[in-house]
Amino acid sequence: MPDPDITRVDALVDELIDEFPPGPTPEEEFWGAQYDKGLAWVWHPEGYGGLGLDRRHQSYIDQRLERAGASTENRRRNLLGIAMGAGVLDAHATDEQKRRWLRPMFTTEELWCQLFSEPGAGSDVAGLATRAVRDGDEWVVNGQKVWTTLAHIAKWGMVVTRTDPEVPKHQGLTYFIVDMTSPGVDVRPLYQITGEAEFNEVFFDDVRIPDENRIDAVGAGWRVVLTTLMNERVAIGGGSIPRESGYIGDAVDVWRKTGSDDPVLRDELLRLWADAEAARLTSIRANQLASAGIPGPEGSTGKLAWANLNKEITAFTMELLGLDGTLYPDGYDLVRPQGFGPHGPQKAFLRTRANSIEGGTSEIMLNILGERVLGLPGEPRVDKDLPWTDVPRG
Amino acid sequence: MCPVADTPDVSYAPTEEQELIASTARQFVEDRIGLDKVRESMMSDDGFDPVLWKEMAEMGWTGLGIGEEHGGSGLSPVDMGVLLEEMGRLVTPGPFFASAVLATTTIQELASADQRAELLPALASGETIATVAVFESARDWSLEQPKTEAKRSAGGWVLEGNKRAVLNGADAGLLLVTAATEDGVGVFVVDARADGVAVTPESVLDPTRRQASVTFDGVSLSDDARLGEGDAGPGLGHVLALATTAMAAEQVGGAQRCLELSVDYAKSRYQFGRPIGSYQAIKHRCANMLMKVEHARSAAYHAARVTDVPDEFAIAAPLAGSVASEAYVWVAGETIQVHGGIGFTWEHDAHIYLKRAKASSLLLGGPRHQRSLMGSAIGI
Repeated sequence: MPDPDITRVDALVDELIDEFPPGPTPEEEFWGAQYDKGLAWVWHPEGYGGLGLDRRHQSYIDQRLERAGASTENRRRNLLGIAMGAGVLDAHATDEQKRRWLRPMFTTEELWCQLFSEPGAGSDVAGLATRAVRDGDEWVVNGQKVWTTLAHIAKWGMVVTRTDPEVPKHQGLTYFIVDMTSPGVDVRPLYQITGEAEFNEVFFDDVRIPDENRIDAVGAGWRVVLTTLMNERVAIGGGSIPRESGYIGDAVDVWRKTGSDDPVLRDELLRLWADAEAARLTSIRANQLASAGIPGPEGSTGKLAWANLNKEITAFTMELLGLDGTLYPDGYDLVRPQGFGPHGPQKAFLRTRANSIEGGTSEIMLNILGERVLGLPGEPRVDKDLPWTDVPRG
Repeated sequence: MCPVADTPDVSYAPTEEQELIASTARQFVEDRIGLDKVRESMMSDDGFDPVLWKEMAEMGWTGLGIGEEHGGSGLSPVDMGVLLEEMGRLVTPGPFFASAVLATTTIQELASADQRAELLPALASGETIATVAVFESARDWSLEQPKTEAKRSAGGWVLEGNKRAVLNGADAGLLLVTAATEDGVGVFVVDARADGVAVTPESVLDPTRRQASVTFDGVSLSDDARLGEGDAGPGLGHVLALATTAMAAEQVGGAQRCLELSVDYAKSRYQFGRPIGSYQAIKHRCANMLMKVEHARSAAYHAARVTDVPDEFAIAAPLAGSVASEAYVWVAGETIQVHGGIGFTWEHDAHIYLKRAKASSLLLGGPRHQRSLMGSAIGI
């Protein structure tokens, strides 16, 4: 007996491909039609890009579309919108807000970025200082955000601000969608150790956001942040990669090209290969168990494991290169990169230093594993019940 | 060079039957064995309790991997892994691994149908304890050219040589001995009480798993004492890969229990007015232990599920051997560190795990040897 949900999805995919043949149809038009048929975020309600079905069906839909020659590049191009912003809107936005933002997000006509981290609020993002003050039907925003991917081309930004400094930090936050083209928004490239600027710094100088762009209640910003981060984790921990791909694949290539037979280097390469494979099998096992509804600790270790591995493997590859590792063929030209890689081994060595910082430092990930998975007690917090203004900063 | 083949589709979720094996085994191991009993066995002359062996046999454990036609229950390496993981949690002493895993696998992989029918029923029932005598020197893991020799004699064989690291050698009635012959390496079935067999129990690092050295001084064997026909070298490689896979399951169980001991202690031990698990120095240590255990588990579960896929198993078994060995040794060591002074005492159980972990990691060739095997399988 076929699953009726699959039958329904199949029929709609057939219809989509039939009415909007992927080849001749412009991408944006195709993605719009995909949204209208409820095949964009299949777990969203009907009318908002979904069919109200189980989230698991989405990867099936995407596979079918890819096989039919349709592009799913929008999910990459508008990663922060489609993977995270949509989840925020689905959980917290009004119907009117969803209608305004979801469709052009999916078609990539409007790109999205996320404005959480600040120079003074990294791991402790709830301690952020960007202020929003109400002025009639508008809010006036001042402050600085940092590590903002895509800010220079985004139309919309998910920004969390402090609206009440007199209450403890988690209670005084409010979440908005800000028009990145508004007057007073200044986006500057932030150059990293690779010489590239994947990210930006964003300055807000009396930027006015209409109250209708507020997500959820005033003072409810923290729970919207949590939804955003949860969706981020689902997006990062999503797919599984092929064996011997990524940095370990690069290391093996270099090993073969350099023709080394040094037994010490060989064992080190094999140790890294084994660790990478064990981490990869853990992701596969975690995905399987999660989709069977058996959540377990194996799902929480991936980000941490890959951060360690990527750093170790790329550092080892430099050792395989010997003196070639002291060259930097890409040059430090202070440019904005095209896309997200792939990198040569020297740049990969530098770029992976961020893997244990971005998207949650490894220290924070270890805290999460220790406290939420193993149930170890938290550290005493000096800032928990203090009004935000009284919390020491520096 | 073509890229390594991607993993075959494998399901990692336990079946209902496996969950039942696990819960039954956990209950038995906790109720009937327990660490007090482990300590008793550890200090005893024999190293295990024959009554418990009988009980395990009655529960069908000794015949778990043996076909029904030979009195076993014919379950899979995955099922065996589930059982061994539970046994490993409490460092179960005795000859289970030697007899029900190593010797049983050797017979199943190498023996003729007649030999299987003759030998396996007594192993399945637990009546006979068997073990394998392969290794001869401290760091030579090659299987192809043993110094021990089996020479043709009138109507049979004469066996001559020395073996070491014979697991539970003093407990076994039946020894499966590798020896060089005119046509490659052979595996011979030897009665441990036969004339010319001298078994010397060794004093061992891990007293929950005993070893003996065995000398064979002109031991006469009958014509049919050789398992199967022809060179057993490649078959033995597969036997050791299966044993490595089984060992990895046991290692995962032990490492998991170490993690639990450490986390429990970190929650209940107070210093400077708060539980030590609230300090990141300890919390992060525990979180890293968790990660290692989960990686070892993934590698071990994967290997047990691909024993029938030769190319994949050639990678997966040594992968599991290397990852699970290193994880267990590291986690057992960190368990002592989390416990501080008490963890270094004889009274505390941490040393029982460390000894099991270190010895287990060396018995089948050590992590570096395993990685080298893996490297050959992936073309590195």
